[in-house]
Formats: sequence, structure tokens, C-alpha cells
Amino acid sequence: MFATLSDRLADTFKNLRGKGRLSEADIDATAREIRIALLEADVALPVVKQFVGAVKERARGEEVSGALNPAQQVIKIVNEELVAILGGETRRLRYAKSGPTVIMLAGLQGAGKTTLAAKLALWLKEQDKQPLLVAADLQRPNAVNQLQVNGERVGVKVFAPEPGNGVGDPVKVARDAIEEAKRTLHDVVIVDTAGRLGVDAEMMQQAADIRDAVNPDEVLFVVDAMIGQDAVTTAQAFLDGVGYDGVVLTKLDGDARGGAALSIASITGRPVMFASAGEKMTDFDLFHPDRMASRILDMGDMLTLIEQAEKTFDAEQAMKAADKLAGRGGEFTLTDFLEQMQQVRKLGSLSKIMGMLPGMAQFRDQLENFDEREIDRIEAIICSMTPAERANPKLIDGSRRARIAKGSGRQVSDVNTLVDRFFEARKMMEQMARGGGMPGMPGMPGMPGQGKRAKAKQAPKKGKSKRVSGNPAKAAAQKRSQEQQESQRPANPFGAPMDPADLEKAAKEFQLPEDFSKFLK
Amino acid sequence: MALEWILLIVGIAVVGLLVLVGLLRSGRGDKVDTPTVQPTQAPGTDLLEPPESVTEPEPSAPTLERPEGRESRLVRLRQRLSGSQGALGRGLLALLSRDRLDSDTWEDIEDTLLTADIGVAPTQELVDRLRSRLRVEGGEAPDPRTVLREELLTLLNPEADRRLAVSGADGQPGIVLVVGVNGAGKTTTVGKIARILVAEDRTVLLGAADTFRAAAVEQLATWGDRVGVEVVRGPEGTDPASVAFDAVKQGIDAGVDTVLVDTAGRLQNKAGLMDELGKVKRVIEKQAPVTEVLLVLDATTGQNGMVQARVFSEVVDVTGIVLTKLDGSAKGGIVVAVQRQLGVPVKLVGVGEGPDDLAPFDPEAFVDALLGG
Repeated sequence: MFATLSDRLADTFKNLRGKGRLSEADIDATAREIRIALLEADVALPVVKQFVGAVKERARGEEVSGALNPAQQVIKIVNEELVAILGGETRRLRYAKSGPTVIMLAGLQGAGKTTLAAKLALWLKEQDKQPLLVAADLQRPNAVNQLQVNGERVGVKVFAPEPGNGVGDPVKVARDAIEEAKRTLHDVVIVDTAGRLGVDAEMMQQAADIRDAVNPDEVLFVVDAMIGQDAVTTAQAFLDGVGYDGVVLTKLDGDARGGAALSIASITGRPVMFASAGEKMTDFDLFHPDRMASRILDMGDMLTLIEQAEKTFDAEQAMKAADKLAGRGGEFTLTDFLEQMQQVRKLGSLSKIMGMLPGMAQFRDQLENFDEREIDRIEAIICSMTPAERANPKLIDGSRRARIAKGSGRQVSDVNTLVDRFFEARKMMEQMARGGGMPGMPGMPGMPGQGKRAKAKQAPKKGKSKRVSGNPAKAAAQKRSQEQQESQRPANPFGAPMDPADLEKAAKEFQLPEDFSKFLK
Repeated sequence: MALEWILLIVGIAVVGLLVLVGLLRSGRGDKVDTPTVQPTQAPGTDLLEPPESVTEPEPSAPTLERPEGRESRLVRLRQRLSGSQGALGRGLLALLSRDRLDSDTWEDIEDTLLTADIGVAPTQELVDRLRSRLRVEGGEAPDPRTVLREELLTLLNPEADRRLAVSGADGQPGIVLVVGVNGAGKTTTVGKIARILVAEDRTVLLGAADTFRAAAVEQLATWGDRVGVEVVRGPEGTDPASVAFDAVKQGIDAGVDTVLVDTAGRLQNKAGLMDELGKVKRVIEKQAPVTEVLLVLDATTGQNGMVQARVFSEVVDVTGIVLTKLDGSAKGGIVVAVQRQLGVPVKLVGVGEGPDDLAPFDPEAFVDALLGG
């Protein structure tokens, strides 16, 4: 459906290989692809034009024409420009010097203000502040109630003197809230306001009145990451109507590409300060411009993938499987495979996960035609096997095969293929896991525990065989060395996370093994 | 240890792909049954025909009566649209009435359409068609306004059935399931639809299957109280499918005409939540077929709206779209792309915060409003 920018550029540059330099026409073609990519990411048109102009200028001027791989160069330029706009100015919340700090939230209906208010309160609470939530959304039915429930969930007091549902004066509520905060010694006041449209002059005036009443230290514009071209109009309307100092992007856990971030940052010059990505109250963090840039361009995003994996995977099970692949703790069986497959499914659709791996662009078509139910069928086949068969698929003979096929409602040949493929894949993974890391993965940069890993890697090589030696003495030695490795590893593999910078670097350098493609014909 | 992770993820991906591609390849030979979800061309007619009683005297009219007359609603819709969107139509017309249409002008037209969130591909299609028509018909071409109107209408497919199937077959209640992403305006839409149905003297029951968001049930209950409609609810955090089941059960027992089921907002990329939604629908259908699945789309939504429509269609077979917040500066052009690709028509539009600000979608009026007429 959506080809990534990298794909598009790769296409454009395909015929250019061997050319000494890029012609003006080539650069124009490139610019057009960038334009489409940005538009599909919902970046506003005026911003796109300006941006493409800037990129074109740079591309014409320097690096690109002489570079070996012009596509990569252009992407690099685009990425840099994006990060420059998105992260040009990062700053923290300003706290008031005296008296309570007032933070006011404003935005369209359904942007997520009320939920965000509670998330922000929790985040502030973790920073040792004493936030007070103020229910100044008296418009939407039960918005007050929602804030109260959310406040309770995060353990923050909610100031809600009016029942809402169209009753009460939000300006007065906001003003009273400041007094209340002073009286009860809360040092941050978060004012949740009603959603309003940029074209609604009356409501905008009300927002301005609230602002004047509470004189906020920060006004945050809350905007949904899915917003389209209207982002610019709305952002400008709020800037003129209420004025704001920072932007909060919500619903980033969706798969919208979030071009709005770029539009707003570029049109208004206000930085995106926070990102909210998830339904849990803790899913709230500072904004990372570089990741957003990759996202807008829809470049493979290993970091996000790894993060998601860490959130959803059962760490113990995953480690076990990884160990097995690396030749420790028995063979990687179909049971493990099934477990892993089920875990991966929790991350979302397989085609999407695969799309997040860099270098997958060439298989995009296959991925898009991929039927997710294929996985269900595989699951059915594996589930139709006995535990013994799963542990040792070599057991499966003709009659077993027929039984499995019948049990899963598939053809005998499907069972066959599955088993064959499984062996093939296992061999490949074991090679990857043991044979000095990944082919095509140039030296992983200094990771904590690198030395230990090296030792761990040597051990199975020495044994030459995964099986426990027949000689009891040797077996004992093996076991001992295994235990040693075990104890050398940090007790909790996630207790000592690696430096994010390293991780990022590793993710960038990471590439799929070259022989990968041969399986995908 | 991060190395472990990367290895593992890739490993899994490799196994997955190898096995899958293998199966796929072998499967292609013996025609694996893949019941792909077909976009329904005329969604109003898929599950059941709305029975006679629902069909209005005038065939083109939606099956709904409104508390406010159809004409006045449309007038208001037009007014709202002309405020926010007329600029698009007027801008285009100004462009098209120029004597010579050079490449710059075409680019401007394209830009104007893009700014309306219509999307790159439909814009291209529209511009190409306009171009060839104006070129072929040359000097005798009807005035550009007519051409543009026709082309925009073609994109919106005015023949699509836009009636709401709010009655079930065999005396069973019509069941309307309302789905969408967070903050699109589902609960508000359910409330507004309930008002319309009540005004039409139909008995309605609301099912508050949004058990996730704080106070969503109360929000719906407030809507229900205003028009005296009962709301079936479960405690917060219960399985939404069970609430939906109870609502439909009560609806059948009480012999109501329509059961409206509100669901929690969910982002379409959350596999677990989408499965949950699929379950809600399956469970409801144990008792009575769902006559209408409405996807609520926010007019401000950009290209992601397409993905939303596709994924929700795959899971619950969306039969109609409600385009909300159209009274803002957003143009809602994404529905053009949605209808073009999935064939799911827009059935209702939300044009304001007032309880009766929900109007049937009329493509001609919509386009006319776009063009400032």
C-alpha cells in the first residue's frame, strides 16, 4: 500500500547506477518522490514544499552527485533536515518561580486531553511534584467524571467543583483552582479544557479567557498523531486564539506516520515536547525527534521494534529460546517455535513487524500479499502434533503425517513443507546465533558484557556438538562450564539495559543477512 | 544482551517467513481457501434487506427520520460546509476558469485537492480525468464547474446505498455496532443516532460496551437520559462482548426496534484489541445478525484514515462511515479515498456539538457545498 521513501528512492535511482553525476532531472524526480512520501505521511502541503525545496538545494549543492549510493545520501539529507526541524529546539517544562506552576491543555475534540492530563500528572508526580488536576471541560458529557476517575487511578487530586455537562463556568473553575492549589500546597496545576474547533470563535475566546484567568506558565497544544492536512490550520488557529508554548502528540502508538509533528513544528516553531503512546497511564514520555523522523519517512525502525518486543515478550521464554538457538540448553524444537510465534503475534501483524526490519523493502510486495491466516494454519499443524513429534520432528513418518494433516485440516504436503522448512530455518538460525554473530552485521559496537558473550560463544564451539557428551566426565565438565556461563551472565538480562546510544548505533548498522533473500523467491 | 534480542527477533522473523513462504508457495498450487474480506459494494444490502417498514416513502431518502426536518438539516450542513470548505471549491473554480490551463495551474489544482486530505492517488486520478476531459472536449466543454462537480461526484459514488439498516429481519431488532479509533466521536455519535431514532418513534436500547475508558459508560448514559433511552451497562473493566451480548438479549426480550452498541476506541494496529472487537461482533451474532457496522472517522484524520477503514473492515466488515467534526476547518477528504478503495459509503456526517448536529450524508449536497453552491 504505502511504499516507503527508501523504496521510492531506490526505484528512482535504479537506473542511475554508473552515472557519474546526477542531472537536474534526476534531482527533480527524487524531489517528487520525497514530496509524495511526505504527503502520504500527512505532512502539510506548504511544509512539504518548503522542505523539498531545502532538500533539493542541499542535494544539488553537495555530497549527493559524487556519492557511491545517491539514494542513501538523499535519505540521509532528508533525515537530517527532519531531525533539525523536529528537534531544533528541545526544552523542558518551565516551572514557576513562586506559587504553583500552571499548565493548561488545549486542543480539538477527541485529541486526548483528558487522558493526557492524568498521564502528565502521573509523570509530574514521579518527578516529585504535587500536581492538581482541574476539570475545566464542562462541555462534553461526563468529561469531569472521566478526569476524576483517571485522577483516582494515578493518585492525584482532582479539583472539580462543577458537575459539567454544560453546567458551570470553566473560567471561574480555573481561577478557583489556583486558589485551591495555593491553599492545599500543590505546586503544579494542570487545567484540562474542553475540546474546541479552531473555527469556533466563541470557544476560542473562552480558552483565551481561561488562559488570562490562570496565567499559565505552559500552554500545551494537544494534537492527535493521525491528524491530516488540517494540522496546519488548526495549529495556527490555536496559536492565534490561545497561544501555546509546546505541543503534545498523542496516539503515537497507532500506525499513523505523524507528519503533523513536522507540520506544526515547522509552521509554528513550537517544539513537540511530549509524546503519548498507549492506553496505560504510564505510556507518556518526552518526545524523541530522531525516531519521529524515521517514522515519518517510514524507515525500518528497529528501535521501536525492540522496544515493543521488550514490552510484550515473556523475557524468560525468549531467553530460553535464544539460548537454544545458540546451542545451549537443548535443541530448538517446534514447541519453542510455536511459543515464539505466538509471542511475535502479540506484537501485531507479521507483515508489519517484518516491515519494521530495515532492508525488507524489496519484499514489500510479498509482505502485502501475505495472508495473516497462514500463521493460524501453521499453528494448527503444529498443534496437531504430539509433544514427542514437536520435540523431534524427525519422528514424523507417513502415517503420522497423514494424521497431522487430517487433524489440522491441511494437506499432507503442507505438513511436509512445514517440517522441511523448519529444519532449514533452524540450521540457518543456529549458524547465525553461533557462528560469530550475524553475517552482514558489522561489529556490534561496544556492548556491556561483550567479553562474557565472547566466552559464551566459544563454549559450544569447543564441544562441536549440542548433545551432552557420552563420557560422564566430559558431560560434567560441560555442565560445569555451562553453569559458569550462566552465573557470569547478569541475573536479569534486562536489569542492565545497554546504553541507548549504542543500541541505536547497533540498530542502524544492522542489516539482514545476505542469504536471506534466497528464501523468499 | 540486546544482541540476543536482535538475533532472536530476526531468527523468528526468518523462521516465520521461511515456513510461511513455503506454505504459501505450496498452497498456491492446491488453492488454499483464503476467505478474504471482500469490500462490499452495497453494504446496506449485505446481511439483510431493510424490511419494508424501514424503507422510506421516497426511495433515495435514508431510513431515518430526524427530529429536525431533512431540508433544514441539509441547509445547515451546507452552511457549515460553505464556511469551512467553500474555499476549496471556490479556489478550484477560480483556477479552472482561467483562460489557459498551464502546468502550474494543474499543480495548483492538485495542491488544493491534496490540502483537503484527499490523498495522493485519488488526487492524481481526479486531476488526470479533469485534464483529459477538458482537453478532449476542448472549447465546447461544459463549464469547468460542472466537470469538476461530476468528477468529484464520481469519486464519491452517489449510487451507493446510504440507508442505515436499523431494523432486523423477522421482528428481530436492528443492531448497529459503532466502532472507531480513540477520540473519533463514537459515544457522541451513538447518542446522536439514538436521538434520531427516538424522534422517529422507534424504541431504542443502548449498549455501553466501552468498558475501558473512564466514565465512557456515564457519558453514554447521559445521552440516553436526555431522550429517555435505557442503557445496558456492565461494570468498568468487564468483557465488552458480555455487555454487548446482554444489551442485545435485553433488546430482543423487550422487543425494541434497534439496539445501538457503543464500543471502546481502539487503534487499528493493536491486534489484541481488534480481536476483542471481532469477538464483540461474533458474540452479538449468536443472537441476532448485526445489521449495520458504522466506522466513526474524524474529519481531521489524514491518510491514516485509509488504514483505519481497511483494518476495521477486515475485522468487523464495516458497512458505513460516520464522518465527524466536519464543522471544523478539516475537509474530511479521506472519505473519498476510503470509498474509492473499499466501497464503504459515508452514511452520516457530524456537523457540530449540538445534540441534533448529525445529518445524513448526501454526496450531491456535499459536493455542492464544497463548490460553494
